[in-house]
Amino acid sequence: MTDTVVAAPAPPQDFRIQRWSRLSVLFGGGLAGIVAVLAFGPVLLSENTQNNLIQLYFLMIMAMMWNALAGYGGLVSVGQQGFIGLGAYAAVFFSVQHGLNPYVSMGLGTLIGGAVAIPVAAVVLWLRNGAFAIATWVVAEAFAILVSLDPNPAIGGGTGTSALLPFNLRYDPTHRLHYTYWAALGAVAVLLLLLFVLLRSRLGGSLQAIRDDEEAAASVGVRVMLGKGVLFVVAGAGCAAAGTIILAWQLSVLPLGPDSVFGVNWTARMIFMVLVGGIGTFEGPIIGAVVLYVLQTYVSISGVWYFVMLGGIAIGFALLLPRGIWGTIQDRFNVQLLPVGYRLRTGGG
Amino acid sequence: MSALLTVENLDVRHGLLQAVREVAFDVAEGETLALVGANGAGKSTLLRAIAGAHRPAGGRILFAGEDITRVPAHRRARAGIALVPEGRRLFPDLTVEENLRVAAASRRPGPWTVDEVFEAFPLLQPLRRKRAASLSGGEQQATAIGRALMTNPRLLLLDEVSLGLAPVVVEGVYHSLAALIEGGTTILLVEQDLGRAMSVADRVVCMLEGRVVLEGLRGQLTREQVTHAYFGLRQQEATA
Amino acid sequence: MTWVAAVVHGILLGGYYALLAAGLALMFGVMRIINLAHGSLALVGAYMSFLLVEHTGMSTYLTLLLVLPGALVVGYVLQLTMLERSLRGGELVPLLTTFGLLIVIANLLQEFFSPDVHSLDAGRIGPAAWQISSELSIPWFDVLTLGIAFAVLGGLHLVLRFTQLGRELRATAADADTAALLGVNARAVYARATAIAVAVAALAGVFYGMRSAFDPNAGADELLYAFEAVVIGGIGSLWGTLGGGIVLGVSQEIGAQINPEYFAIGGHVVFLAVLVVRSASQASRIRYALRRFA
Repeated sequence: MTDTVVAAPAPPQDFRIQRWSRLSVLFGGGLAGIVAVLAFGPVLLSENTQNNLIQLYFLMIMAMMWNALAGYGGLVSVGQQGFIGLGAYAAVFFSVQHGLNPYVSMGLGTLIGGAVAIPVAAVVLWLRNGAFAIATWVVAEAFAILVSLDPNPAIGGGTGTSALLPFNLRYDPTHRLHYTYWAALGAVAVLLLLLFVLLRSRLGGSLQAIRDDEEAAASVGVRVMLGKGVLFVVAGAGCAAAGTIILAWQLSVLPLGPDSVFGVNWTARMIFMVLVGGIGTFEGPIIGAVVLYVLQTYVSISGVWYFVMLGGIAIGFALLLPRGIWGTIQDRFNVQLLPVGYRLRTGGG
Repeated sequence: MSALLTVENLDVRHGLLQAVREVAFDVAEGETLALVGANGAGKSTLLRAIAGAHRPAGGRILFAGEDITRVPAHRRARAGIALVPEGRRLFPDLTVEENLRVAAASRRPGPWTVDEVFEAFPLLQPLRRKRAASLSGGEQQATAIGRALMTNPRLLLLDEVSLGLAPVVVEGVYHSLAALIEGGTTILLVEQDLGRAMSVADRVVCMLEGRVVLEGLRGQLTREQVTHAYFGLRQQEATA
Repeated sequence: MTWVAAVVHGILLGGYYALLAAGLALMFGVMRIINLAHGSLALVGAYMSFLLVEHTGMSTYLTLLLVLPGALVVGYVLQLTMLERSLRGGELVPLLTTFGLLIVIANLLQEFFSPDVHSLDAGRIGPAAWQISSELSIPWFDVLTLGIAFAVLGGLHLVLRFTQLGRELRATAADADTAALLGVNARAVYARATAIAVAVAALAGVFYGMRSAFDPNAGADELLYAFEAVVIGGIGSLWGTLGGGIVLGVSQEIGAQINPEYFAIGGHVVFLAVLVVRSASQASRIRYALRRFA
């Protein structure tokens, strides 16, 4: 009796790895072009439009940051408003109290946000999901209370404060609008670029691994804590930047209450934008921010029902369309506009 | 006599991996069927699909004449199918007695009670209030079988009850099973130990890479035939 | 002497927090769901009681006979509709959907009840207190709350230990798949757990309404405190929640003793300190493990 064994088929011989497809080159170029055009906003657009676009920009920043945490790091933070407020108040501190140029103060505020994120990360990153979420919220509340209790008159305590003086001493309202517009657009562009570079780097690969299976990733040497820490610091700085822009845009800020600069409603907006746009995708938060902006500007319903609607839509998306608008498009049509991943092409394709 | 369990053309997948391919067989009431095969042959997956813990991609499962392919696991337990899972899977923080009592969820009347289980497995009696996680392998296996019996099943599925146990312990487990087998409970057991399987079963089904490659009554199959089917060796023409 | 009073009041406050957090701990222990809308649901309980009192004039305690069964139903339905689907999406989705629910509830309450503050009448027991000394008086209501907290935690403990439902809950929490193989309907078990959790939350909400004035945005604050109690006490432990509640209550009262405005931050500081200590032990454990393998 002879016995036979069946052999396995041979692997494919020719393949190549591609990062930039023709579509993504087109899109990347298009995006850069749009940013360039928008930079001429102060020249081309009305003051009202510029004002509105500033809102769109800081919403975009917040969406991108929240997505970086939740979509790429699996970290659901309900306390990013802590950094928004921190950035705003740091900018107040430097400009009102120390007389620095307000835009320089905004830059410093952003850095402070990133710096404070480091010790916060050291405390909260060990926590799992729900405990992490609550801890971030407690940190945000703690920041808000500390600010409201600050006896420093420049900070204004519970009644809030304003950056009217440092801006108006140096700039007339039109110039303030222009410079704030450019600062906001610039922040969006810089953060987009930063995230893009991060995701294409080894960190990006690590993050994907962490998202898929944290323990397995750690066992092959992925520095899980470091990856998450980087995301948290970037998100802290980014949200602080958004906070400084809010300050420059509306000039007066309050520390307490759901609609304040430390308010939980900011997180509600962030969750809405990211869930609707597409969590975990690069393009998703941008789309989500546009959707929220359109709703905000053109749907005029009372504040309360507005948030009921936001909450309801967010729940609906989480349950029914969890990949969001862009995530679903990406899955359905296998499209990727920005080259943050790798594509394997076999044969000559 | 119509079969108690009929499996028709069953396809079960683990993600993209096809674990069970077009498997079909019957189990008659009161019969003991042994399912043998190497690791990865698909035996456990098949048992889990029959118990409802795994959704098949294709095919049908009939129990007592009813199509249960889409019926959820807890309803199958209430209909009389009980699985002793691979690795025992006791509830670690519950005591032995509590583990047994959870099975009251199946709401099936019958001879098996907590006391009956302790009589069938006397080694468990002093361990009543002990946490399941602190039991030895053999004690856990006895508890797991007892727990399945508490559902008063018509069909008992046993997945690798000898896995990870010392030979003398396995001896004890099969000793307790002998009474069950003789008592007329329909049993479908997965067993890697060929000798054991062929000594307790009425019929043997051998699986390889998800397919049934050999099936027959105990008396009709030689050990050599089963071993060859087990390893997937093909024979050229029957030789003496 | 007033520091003693602060500690005593803190312990009594801890009883309330334990009551508020019990439902949260139950849902997490059984289903691994962190219900961010928990505080809001408690607040809804308070508002429902308020509605009943306003329209029928019945005593607050009597409203519980209607509010609690209603809450059981709400919890059951909530699980079967929203939370069950959320669980299927992974561990993070319930956080997102319950946060959405928190926002929806807070704003709906504001719409239907106005942003004004309301409060519930605690009856004759409300103002009564046991005057121990000139600086220390123990309100009977707080003692009642602590007693109810014990009763609820004890009741939950008994249910989990000695009833079939409790066994099925624990089994499903440990291994839902294997429990199903024994005939346990996980959906029904989860729904019952959520029903109990929401009912306990509503109970806590009514007691909250009796101890302090509430407005539609109070849900978020109460949620935070409930959470701090659960995390300090150790997530997943029912009696730990009582311990955590007491630590939180005492921290808050001591904070308030230093300066009335430091009430909340007293709790936050201790909460974060507990986290720092735990993360430090985590870090040292990891460093130790690394050193062994380096």
